[in-house]
Amino acid sequence: MRYQVEHQTHYSYDLPVIQSQQMVHMMPRQTPYQQCVSYTLACEPSPAEQSRRLDFFGNHTDYLTMLVPHQSLEVTSRFQVEVLPRPTISALAQSPAWELVQAMLKSEGTQYLEAAPFIYTTARVKCSEALANYALTCFTPQRPLLEAAMALTQKIHAEFEFDAQATDVSTPLDEVLKGRRGVCQDFAHLMLGALRSLGLPCRYVSGYILTHPPPGQPRLVGADASHAWVSVYCPMYGWVDFDPTNNCLVQQDHITVAWGRDFGDVSPMRGVVLGGGAQQLKVSVTVTPLDYAMA
Amino acid sequence: MQSVLNQLYFSDRYNELLDASGQARPHWQALVAQLEAEEPTAMRKRIEAVQRQIRDNGVTYNVYADTHGVQRPWDLDVLPLIIPQDEWQHIAASVAQRATLLNRVLLDVYGEQQLLLSGQLPPALIYGHSGFLPSCVGIPHYDNIALHSYAVDLARAPNGQWWVVSDRTQGPTGAGYALENRTIISSAFPELFRDLNIERLSGFFASMRDSLAHWGHRVAANQAQTVPGISALGQGEPPLVVILTPGPYNETYHEQSFLAGYLGYPLVQGSDLTVRNGVVWLKTIAGLKPVHAILRRIDDDYCDPLELNADSLLGVAGLTQAARLGNVLIANALGANVLQSGALLGFLPGLCQSLLGEALRMPSVATWWCGEPAALEYVIQNLDHLVIKPAYTQGHASPVFAEDLNATQKEALIAKLRAQPDHYIAQEQVDISHAPVLTTHQHQPQLGSLAVSLRVYAFATPNGYAILPGGLSRVASGKDARVVTMQRGGTSKDTWVLSHDSQPPFSLLRKTTSSQDLVRENAYLSSRMAENLFWYGRYSVRNLQKAIMLRATIRALVEYTPESRAGEWSTMQGLCQWFELLPSPKDEEELANWQPWTDDDIEPLLVQAVFSQQSSSLATSVQQLFQQAFNLRERISNDHWRTVNTLSRQFITRHQHASLQDALAHIEQAINHFVTLTGFAMDWMTRDLGWRFMSLGRRIERLQFMCVLLSRALGMPQHSNLEWLLQATNNLVTYRARYAAQPEWLPVLDLLLMDGNNPNSVVFQIKGLVKYLEEMDAQDNAGGISTALNDCWQTLLQLDPDQCFAPGNGTLAEWLNHTYEVTLTLSDRLSARFFSYASPLVSPGY
Repeated sequence: MRYQVEHQTHYSYDLPVIQSQQMVHMMPRQTPYQQCVSYTLACEPSPAEQSRRLDFFGNHTDYLTMLVPHQSLEVTSRFQVEVLPRPTISALAQSPAWELVQAMLKSEGTQYLEAAPFIYTTARVKCSEALANYALTCFTPQRPLLEAAMALTQKIHAEFEFDAQATDVSTPLDEVLKGRRGVCQDFAHLMLGALRSLGLPCRYVSGYILTHPPPGQPRLVGADASHAWVSVYCPMYGWVDFDPTNNCLVQQDHITVAWGRDFGDVSPMRGVVLGGGAQQLKVSVTVTPLDYAMA
Repeated sequence: MQSVLNQLYFSDRYNELLDASGQARPHWQALVAQLEAEEPTAMRKRIEAVQRQIRDNGVTYNVYADTHGVQRPWDLDVLPLIIPQDEWQHIAASVAQRATLLNRVLLDVYGEQQLLLSGQLPPALIYGHSGFLPSCVGIPHYDNIALHSYAVDLARAPNGQWWVVSDRTQGPTGAGYALENRTIISSAFPELFRDLNIERLSGFFASMRDSLAHWGHRVAANQAQTVPGISALGQGEPPLVVILTPGPYNETYHEQSFLAGYLGYPLVQGSDLTVRNGVVWLKTIAGLKPVHAILRRIDDDYCDPLELNADSLLGVAGLTQAARLGNVLIANALGANVLQSGALLGFLPGLCQSLLGEALRMPSVATWWCGEPAALEYVIQNLDHLVIKPAYTQGHASPVFAEDLNATQKEALIAKLRAQPDHYIAQEQVDISHAPVLTTHQHQPQLGSLAVSLRVYAFATPNGYAILPGGLSRVASGKDARVVTMQRGGTSKDTWVLSHDSQPPFSLLRKTTSSQDLVRENAYLSSRMAENLFWYGRYSVRNLQKAIMLRATIRALVEYTPESRAGEWSTMQGLCQWFELLPSPKDEEELANWQPWTDDDIEPLLVQAVFSQQSSSLATSVQQLFQQAFNLRERISNDHWRTVNTLSRQFITRHQHASLQDALAHIEQAINHFVTLTGFAMDWMTRDLGWRFMSLGRRIERLQFMCVLLSRALGMPQHSNLEWLLQATNNLVTYRARYAAQPEWLPVLDLLLMDGNNPNSVVFQIKGLVKYLEEMDAQDNAGGISTALNDCWQTLLQLDPDQCFAPGNGTLAEWLNHTYEVTLTLSDRLSARFFSYASPLVSPGY
C-alpha cells in the first residue's frame, strides 16, 4: 500500500512569541515493512535555523528555531510512504511462553540489548502491582507471549472507552486504569505499563492509521489524527505491533513514524517559546491511500 | 590540669583522635596540647567566634522543609578533622583512580556501550536508571572527559581503613563550604594552622579555573571554526565560564554564589542563557555573548526543557544540541547522573581491572544490588545488619535501617524488595569512626565524639584529576546519629591535611604576566544581574526613606501636642500611607467613613509599622532588601553582606509588646545600618556598569520620593512647621548651618529643589540620572532614554523661585507630578531595554 500523509500543527498565541524552538518527530522511519518515498517539512514563519538528526532510538528528529516575532506557528509535514505486508497472527503462532521471555530478559539481558531500554518504568509509564495484576488475567501460566499480548489488546479494547475529553497528555496511568477511558496514547501507555510490570519489553510507537469513511461518503481532509500503539518484543519474531485502540495486530493500515520508551520520546512536536501568553493548538491529519497508477 | 582526653570514652569504633591505649595519635598532639593549655573561657570564646563569623558571613544552607524560612545557618564545629600526610596520599590516589574509572564508564555508557555488549555491566544498571538520558548518547567530549567534577563520601571502618560510601557525579556540592570552613577555622587557630604546615586549598581551585579555561579555549576555537559570525577569542581574552544555578531557593545557593565570587564566574540562571545557532549565549546588557563552559548546579535532566524534562523551567532550551555540536563544555556532562548509583559499587572492582588494568585502590562499603538474584536472597537472609537504600536515586530518600523495623514492617520491606529488586541496594551497616567535637554545655566547653564522614573532591584537568587536599567533613549531630547528612541536620568540620613541606601563602589569583592580562571592567553584566542591582539600589533607598519618615512621624507624635502639629500632621500620615506603613481606605465606602486617627489610635499602628511580620512594615521591607542583596551575593563584599545580614536579623525576631520607644530605638539602629550600606555603595563598589544600574535605582527612588513629598507638602497651610520636611530629606543640618531662623518655605524649597551641591536635593538626583542616561544613549544606543528627564531639568531651572517656591503653587505642583510620571516611564523603559529575559513557556507536545 502507498499512502500520502499530511500532518498540520497550528499554534496561535495571544501575545507575540519572540523566540520559538521546536523539536519534531514527524518523518517516518524506514523499517522492513515500510519505505519512506518522500518527505517535506514546511514551517510558517520560516525558521531561522533548521537541522535533522537520528536520535538514540533511530527516529528522525527535526529541530526548528523561529526568531521573527509571530502570533501563529504552522508546521506541516507531507510524505509518501510504501507499507508492506506484515506477518499475520497465524504466522506468529509459535512464540514462547511469556514466562520464558521474562526469564530470558532477566538473566541474559546482555543477549537482548535491543530490547533492554524498553523494560523499565519511565516517567509516563510507571510499573505497578495493579498493572501487573491487570496483565495477569491475560498472561496466564505458560501462555505463548504473542497470544497473551493479543488477548491483552482485546481486553483493553473491550474494557476501555475511547473518550477524547477524559484525559490529556499529563493524565497518569493510575487514573486511566481507574477511569477506563482515554485515547490511543493512554491505551498504548496502559498496555506498556501492564507488559513492563511483568518484565516484558515493549515500546511505544507513534504514527498514523488509515480510517475508513462510511460507505459511499468521501474521505474528509484533516479528519484523521496521529495515532499510537504498542510493539512487543519476542525473542523469536522480533518486534510485533499491537493496536489496543483498534483491537488488532498491526498490518498495512498503520504507518510508523517513530518509537521510544513512551510518548515523551516521540511526541510529534514539542517546544519552548518566549512570550506568547496563552496558546491554542489545532492539529489536522489527512491519510490518503494512493493508487499505484497515480503514484 | 586534668587531660581533656578523659572526657572521651572508648567504643568499638575507630577513634580519629585516640589510639587503642587512649593516647592522642601523633597527628593530633599539637591540637590537644593547645586545648589543654587553654583556659575553658578562651576555648568558649573560640567557639563563639566561629559561630559569630558564620552568622556574619551569612553562610547558610537552605533546607526545603525548614519552617523557619529559607535559610539556616551553616553548622561548623570548631575542631578540624586532621589527616596525616601518608594517609592522605592513599586517599588522594584512590579518589583520583575512582574518578578516572567512573569517567571511563560514563564515556562508554553514552558512547560505544562496550561494557553492556560484553556483559560487564547489566543493562538494568543503565536502562533501569532514570538518570540515563538517551538524548545524551553520542555527545562528544573534549579530551575524553565527561566527569569533570566528582566527589565521594568516605568513612573509616573499625579497622582503620577508609571505605567509599557513595559517589557524587551530578554536580557535587560542598567544595565551596569546605573553602569557607577553612577561612573560618584557620582564623580560629591561627598559630596552630601556621605551625602544622596544613595543605592549602587554593591550588585546587586554581587548577579548576585553568582546566575550564583550557577547555573554554577549545570550545571557542570550535565555535569560531563552525559558527558563522563568531570570531576567535582575542589575545589574552578569557573564555566565558558561567555557573548555572537553579536559583536562590536551592539548598546550596549560598555556596554557589560564594564560589561564583571566588572563581570570578558569573552566576546565571537558565533564563539568562539562550541557544541560537547551536551556541549558548549569555544575555548581557550589551547584547548576547557566547558562553564557552558551564559549571552546572542544575540536575542534568532539568537542563534542557526542549530535549530533556519538559517540566523544567530551570534549564536552557537547546543546551543538549549545543553540547552535541561541541559548542559548549558542560561540567559535568549531561547524563552523568547515571553513575550516581549504589548498584554500580559492586561492579567497580571488576571494571577497574578491565578498564584501567589495576586493582581498585579503595573498597566500597559492602553493597548488594538486589537486581542480582543471589544478592537479593543474601539481603533477605541478613536483613538485620543491613541498610536498604534506593539503587538509583541518591536524592532525599531516607535509608531504611532494617534493625529498626518490627516483624510486619520487615515483611512489607521484603515484599517491596521482591517486587522490584532492581530498585534497591543493601549496604552493610558500618560502625564508622568517631571524631572529636567541641560543644558548649552550660557555658562550659565540652569535648565529645561523633560519627564522621569525609567528602573528597576531584576536578579533571587535561592531565588527570586534581584532588582538593582536605574536603568537607561532616559529623552526625542530627536526630539519627547513624546518618551523616547536612540535609537532616548535621555539623561540618574543616579538614586538615598535614604536609611535610611548608605551604606557600594563600592566593587564588595567579601572577599577572603582562599588562594584556589586566582586567579593568567585568566584561559581562547579565541582564538579570543589572536588574537585581537596579532594584537593590531602589530598595536600599526606599528602606532608608521609610525609616526616616517613620522616625519623623513618631517624633512628631511624641514631642508635639496635636495642636502644635496640626498643620503638617495629616501630610505626614499621608506619606506613611503612601509607603503603606499605615493603613489606607480600601474602597469608596471605607473612604467615605474614614475617621482621622486619634493619638491613641495611631500609636499601636506606628509600632506595627516598624515590627509587623505580616502587613507592610519596615520589618518586611528589610526582608525584601535582604532578598535583593541575596540575589547579588557574588557581587557584594563580605563586609557589605555582613551589614545586610545584621540588619535582617535585627528585624526577624518577633517583638510582641514593643513600645513606641522600642520602635524608635530600632529605627535609629536601622538607619545606622542603611547609612553604612550607602557608604558601601558609594565608596566600596567599583564604579562599573553594574554600579551604574544600582545608582540609577537609587536616584530614581529618591527622586520619586521627593516629588511625592514636596507635592504633598505644598498642600500644607502657610504656617506649618517645616522642620520635619528637612528631617525627612536629611537636610536639617545643612539648613541650620545656613539659616539661623525657623525653616521658611522659600529657603527650604530652594535647598530641597535647586541646590546642585546638595546630594539630598531634587536637582542633584536629576543631574546624575541625566548624566548616566546620556552615557547609555551614547554607548548602548538606548534610544533617547535621557530626553524626557533632561526636559524636566530645563523646566525646573526656569522656574522663578520667588514666584513658585510657595505653598499652594500650581506650577511647581504640576512640575513635581509630571517629573514623578517621567520617573515611572523611565523605570519601564530601562526594564524593556536592558532587563528583558523572559521566562520560557514549555509545550510538552501532543
